[in-house]
Amino acid sequence: MAFIDYYQVLGVDKNADAETIKKAYRKLARKHHPDLNPNDKEAHKKFQQINEANEVLSDPEKRKKYDQYGKDWQHAEQFEQARQSQGGGRAYQGGDPFGGSGFEADDEAFSSFFNSMFGEQAGRGRQAKFKGQDFNAELRLSLRDAYTTQQQTLTVNGKNVRITIPAGVENGQVIKLKGYGAPGRNGGPAGDLYITFNIPNEPNMKRAGNDLYMNTDIDLYTAVLGGETTIDTYSGKLKLKIAAGTQNGTQVRLKGKGFPVYKKEGQFGDLYVIFNVLLPVQLSEKQKELFSQLAALK
Amino acid sequence: MENNELVPVRHFCVTHQIEWSFIESLQQYGLVEFTRIEEEWFLHENQLTDIEKMVRLHYDLDINVEGIEVIGHLLQKLQAAQWQNQQLQNRLRLYENTTGA
Repeated sequence: MAFIDYYQVLGVDKNADAETIKKAYRKLARKHHPDLNPNDKEAHKKFQQINEANEVLSDPEKRKKYDQYGKDWQHAEQFEQARQSQGGGRAYQGGDPFGGSGFEADDEAFSSFFNSMFGEQAGRGRQAKFKGQDFNAELRLSLRDAYTTQQQTLTVNGKNVRITIPAGVENGQVIKLKGYGAPGRNGGPAGDLYITFNIPNEPNMKRAGNDLYMNTDIDLYTAVLGGETTIDTYSGKLKLKIAAGTQNGTQVRLKGKGFPVYKKEGQFGDLYVIFNVLLPVQLSEKQKELFSQLAALK
Repeated sequence: MENNELVPVRHFCVTHQIEWSFIESLQQYGLVEFTRIEEEWFLHENQLTDIEKMVRLHYDLDINVEGIEVIGHLLQKLQAAQWQNQQLQNRLRLYENTTGA
């Protein structure tokens, strides 16, 4: 639990008067306020720090306590007792699909430093919210999983939430789960849960919009003479004819074999198969001789 | 909340500790819509998130209604640009060798 210099956070002198602190807070809040910086986690974090600093420095009692014990809070017995009597952070653990990140409450969380000094409830100020705070979470899906509609059960605030993820969801896309945020205040509705999808490409399969790009190896002889190959797509195995004289990097478009279009049943993008021609290595003497003959015929 | 969809404006003002005149000015600028049923004015529930944002901008950051209107337009543009940026990043991943997000 690191010491936080609230004066430094607000960029004011230790002797700053209430008006200066208020001005500094307003100026920084206008810059980093979450409402003005949608989807900017850094700004949200910064705003929490600013809010916390203002919460302390704008309140004469808290400021006095902070000034008195702030730097030496670790040695102040009462702070240590307060710290021990309180629980840990407020992380919201998700299931497997969330990987290591889990849920992060996007509310006006105060640092553990603040909580140890002033208590968990100390930061609740004027904001008599009607609706609860919204939560943000990230959900990692494989490209293959995103190809089909998925049912997932997540744990949010101790409640199990069963969600349906429609096929075709895109990397970076955000979906809203109404009512799964923090509880409302004064009898108001709960906030919402926003889930951002993280869907990495696979080494051999990449997505652009609703189209898929797949690399497939073919040997030199098939490339030269033509033939057939079988490719493994998300919808199953496909046999593909290869024209004689296929060059390395040749791209073949398979209409309607790409990614499903989000929330448009039966509509698919295209699949582009890119051929990677493999040259033979470790040739036998006989093969070398035949290649030499071919070269001589050129 | 007195029913699932409509929230009385006076109730909203009380719970948020704000003046009626502020909500009224938002309505005059076309930033919120009121529904009148008999003698009572209501807000539709789907407007609440936006109105609460406007309340925070005004009361926490001292931004006037004209400023809120401008911010609303700019945020719409910002969100459209963020979405476009995400789409372009997704396309760019096609040319990357790594499998990172």
